[in-house]
Amino acid sequence: MEKLVEIASGVSGGTLNASDVVEEYLKRISARESEIHAFNLVTADQARHDAEKIDNDVKAGKKVGALAGVPIALKDNMCTRGVETTCSSKILQGWKPPYDATVVTKLRNAGAVIVGKTNLDEFAMGSSTENSAFGPTRNPHDISRVPGGSSGGSAAAVAAGFAAASLGSDTGGSIRQPAALCGVVGVKPTYGTVSRYGLVAFASSLDQIGPFTSDVRDAATLLETISGHDPMDSTSIPQPALSLVSVLDQGVKGMRIGRVTDLPEGCEPDVLERLEAAFDALRSAGATIVDVKLPSLQYCLTAYYLIAPAEASSNLARYDGVRFGNRVDAADLNSMYAATREAGFGEEVKRRIMLGTYALSAGYFDAYYGKALKVRRLISDDFARAYQSVDTILTPTSPSVAFKFGSKTDNPLAMYLCDVFTIPSNLAGHPAMSVPFGVGVDSMPVGIQVLASTLGEQAMFKVAAELERAS
Amino acid sequence: MAEKISQETVIKVSRLARLSLNTEEAEKMTAQLAGMLEHFRDIDALDLADVEPMTQPYPLKNVLREDVIAPSLDRDEVLGQAPTAESGRFRVPPTIGFDV
Amino acid sequence: MSEVAALPNGWQLIVGLEVHVELATKTKMFSASANRFGDEPNTNIDPVTLGLPGALPVLNKHAIELAMRIGLALNCKVQPCTFHRKNYFYPDLPKAFQITQYDHPLNIDGYLMLPGDVRIGVERAHLEEDTGKSTHFGGASGRIHGSDYSLIDFNRAGVPLVEIVSRPDIRTSEQARQYVAELRSILLAVGASDAKMEEGSMRCDVNVSVHKPGTPFGTRCEIKNVNSIRSVGRAIDYESRRQVDLIESGGSIRQETRHWDDSTGRTETLRTKEDADDYRYFLEPDLVPLVPDQSWIEAVRTALPVLPAARRQALAELCGVDKDGESAIVVVERGQDDYVREVISAGGDARRAVVYVQQAFAEQGASPKVSAKDLAALTILERDSKVTSTQAKTLLTDLIEAGGGDVLAMAAKRGFEALDTSAVEAMVDAAIAAEPGAWQKYCSGEEKALGALVGAVMKSSKGKADGKVITTLLQSKRARDT
Ligand SMILES: [Mg+2]
Ligand SMILES: [Zn+2]
Repeated sequence: MEKLVEIASGVSGGTLNASDVVEEYLKRISARESEIHAFNLVTADQARHDAEKIDNDVKAGKKVGALAGVPIALKDNMCTRGVETTCSSKILQGWKPPYDATVVTKLRNAGAVIVGKTNLDEFAMGSSTENSAFGPTRNPHDISRVPGGSSGGSAAAVAAGFAAASLGSDTGGSIRQPAALCGVVGVKPTYGTVSRYGLVAFASSLDQIGPFTSDVRDAATLLETISGHDPMDSTSIPQPALSLVSVLDQGVKGMRIGRVTDLPEGCEPDVLERLEAAFDALRSAGATIVDVKLPSLQYCLTAYYLIAPAEASSNLARYDGVRFGNRVDAADLNSMYAATREAGFGEEVKRRIMLGTYALSAGYFDAYYGKALKVRRLISDDFARAYQSVDTILTPTSPSVAFKFGSKTDNPLAMYLCDVFTIPSNLAGHPAMSVPFGVGVDSMPVGIQVLASTLGEQAMFKVAAELERAS
Repeated sequence: MAEKISQETVIKVSRLARLSLNTEEAEKMTAQLAGMLEHFRDIDALDLADVEPMTQPYPLKNVLREDVIAPSLDRDEVLGQAPTAESGRFRVPPTIGFDV
Repeated sequence: MSEVAALPNGWQLIVGLEVHVELATKTKMFSASANRFGDEPNTNIDPVTLGLPGALPVLNKHAIELAMRIGLALNCKVQPCTFHRKNYFYPDLPKAFQITQYDHPLNIDGYLMLPGDVRIGVERAHLEEDTGKSTHFGGASGRIHGSDYSLIDFNRAGVPLVEIVSRPDIRTSEQARQYVAELRSILLAVGASDAKMEEGSMRCDVNVSVHKPGTPFGTRCEIKNVNSIRSVGRAIDYESRRQVDLIESGGSIRQETRHWDDSTGRTETLRTKEDADDYRYFLEPDLVPLVPDQSWIEAVRTALPVLPAARRQALAELCGVDKDGESAIVVVERGQDDYVREVISAGGDARRAVVYVQQAFAEQGASPKVSAKDLAALTILERDSKVTSTQAKTLLTDLIEAGGGDVLAMAAKRGFEALDTSAVEAMVDAAIAAEPGAWQKYCSGEEKALGALVGAVMKSSKGKADGKVITTLLQSKRARDT
């Protein structure tokens, strides 16, 4: 599969035809999509049209953007004007937003060609993409296994070569975990670096958009393009776009890398083995490995599964069958609401709405939601202490390689445990990314997670680039 | 922390959330929520009295916009996406009970 | 205003008011679509207004400044504040939550003064967003009960509101009316809102309870849909009597929300506390705290205009009228006090100036077409008895119709030549001689006999003598003769 940076420089330099690139990717999609089901929608006609326009611009000598002609897939929870945006939910099936998300505008301005909208766990709630109302996505490395989730379609699209890159959203690990399971790079940037305007909200204080790519340089390039202040998002950090590509070749000499000594239990040995190999590689490259303690890490799951559903219960209340999306008709208003939401939402979404509504309701707020916010502070404080002695921290991304379909669907808690290593960065608002680092059991890919503190993306990318060189 | 969640509470919560659960669903939901809430009791042991709640990851304040009008969305495009519309407005079934 | 008897048997009325005002911004509270009343339905909409998936709110700086103006004009403390989500389902509430301020509102602990130095506490004045508008169709009445369906217009959704919550310091329906009227003139003066109750840009919810002094306050009922200052008084009078009658007949008050029906003059149950929603308030994660610094607050405070109470006071002192009287209230509310001041500067008679403006300048606005100099000339003409007060009124109408002009010329045109006092005195003497019976009666203390004498003089002067001058002359002659 071609690299994003090669396509962009080829197209803008006139040595590569955007239309040819797009045709090549569309051919791969038609060859294997029925097996993988990475997409909810392939926008082939629009992609061809956009590619042609870029080729014309190049021929006419016009300046084209940093992603000229790059085929990119979007998680189907990012609004695209006039193009169906479903969140893999029946309640939104058929909905064509009247506006573009800020990231979509940025991609278009950079000359990227959007090839389609990718499958996800309904409203991004899940870790396997099995919760999609439109059927699961399969892992391109082994179609009997899940691609991870919730951005499973975006991860699979890059792993299968359906797109040079894709965007996902990460609320508790939804970019990093599928990246690890599909053997691609996935980045969750610092909360506030990429605009959330037009990203369909799951949990507002945790959601971040980030890239999936086949290597670290592509991820850096794409993140540079989509990051930066957006006045439409009040939580957007007022800073220019990240600068990342320039640090990739700097190496890790002298860097201090944290090893968490009180990592939560439950990680498979094949994954832990790769983690050790990663520490070795960084040590050989001149980094120092430093032990750190994160005692509150064990409470992350609880804090997360109270905070995220609480925010979600409120964010998902707007799906009421009045202004957009689908309605189940009934004789009176309240019956219409209930019938619409009962039919429109899947089981996991309902479970989280229930959990969140309960955690916020009178009489339970202090015991659940209020307490969870305090635990969130503890975790953030733990990290602050750790980052006094290290530049980045390394953990596994996922406790195991990709698992088989159906193996966790009966037990919500078992599924939630998939996120045990990824959730802490969302709670703290920190950047974290998953880099492929060899394989585990059954030759399935293993991802190593690099964590850094707020706006510590440069340190994180240096370490990720080093791991990539060593793998 | 609070006592074990009852089916009655689950039904009350489902009404608040406008999700109509039948008895069977309510039973299953009660069991699942009880299991999760049981797991979430791990934080009960923490002394959180002096801990400041953390609601947002990045400390910003006074994010403001100037009072300048931007064009409206196109009404027909928007109403075209609505389940039902009439006379330039969104149509809904009658409210039973009183107005809020 | 019809006076309603105080509550019987020592019952005391307790009232608190929650007043919502729409702010006079160009755009909405959290997005850039227009805040404009009366446009075609759903033509001021955007993703935020409609609560579309992915939309995010951003605070309108001007809305915050207007809210600060309100707070400062109501003597509030302006403080760091946050926004919460109030969650409930209703079709005119697009996101199924309202963004509002909860435990940390922008303005707290203020007050407003009513006539007679009555101080009404203002607990808070917080920012929030308005809902869309539902219209109910079909069924018998077109009201929500028994309607077949409703249509929703979201133009109003997201319009910035300030909710001003008084303390329960109001004790009479008259005070409640005065409170709303005073609040309205403050809002107009600071330019925060057009405060039109008939268009809904100012809306009152009234909390009413009754108790016997020395005992705790009774259970309160909240009355909604009170859409005019007059209705505020009527609704309170009705509701307090209803509560007293219910208690005295052995019943008890339920805490509930009631609906004021202006046509029947009654309140009726809207919903009771048992079916109250659980709003699940929590901090709005899509917004960040608002922390107005001292320099911003002071800049807003410095830019505040002189408030109505101070203007009434100043006008009253200048013109020798009551500061709580009709002319001071009306002239200041219309913003004509500066004009009155100009008339006085132009040599006009102060008291006449304010009364003329109050009585005749209702349609003239803050900058009347009649020049201050012309109106001043008229007041002098009347003061010096060059014209009678009746003639002065006629000339005032002429002046307004002509948009100003030479008053002396107008008087001459009307034939209102001046009658000096000696001429009037001669006519008075003639009248006494012609009506000896009336004069006798008047001198023996029969005041109503005065009318016949004055009438006779008016008749002989063909209306050119001033009634007041005639009366004064007759009085002094009686004093001399008896
Ligand atoms: Mg209220
Ligand atoms: Zn309110």
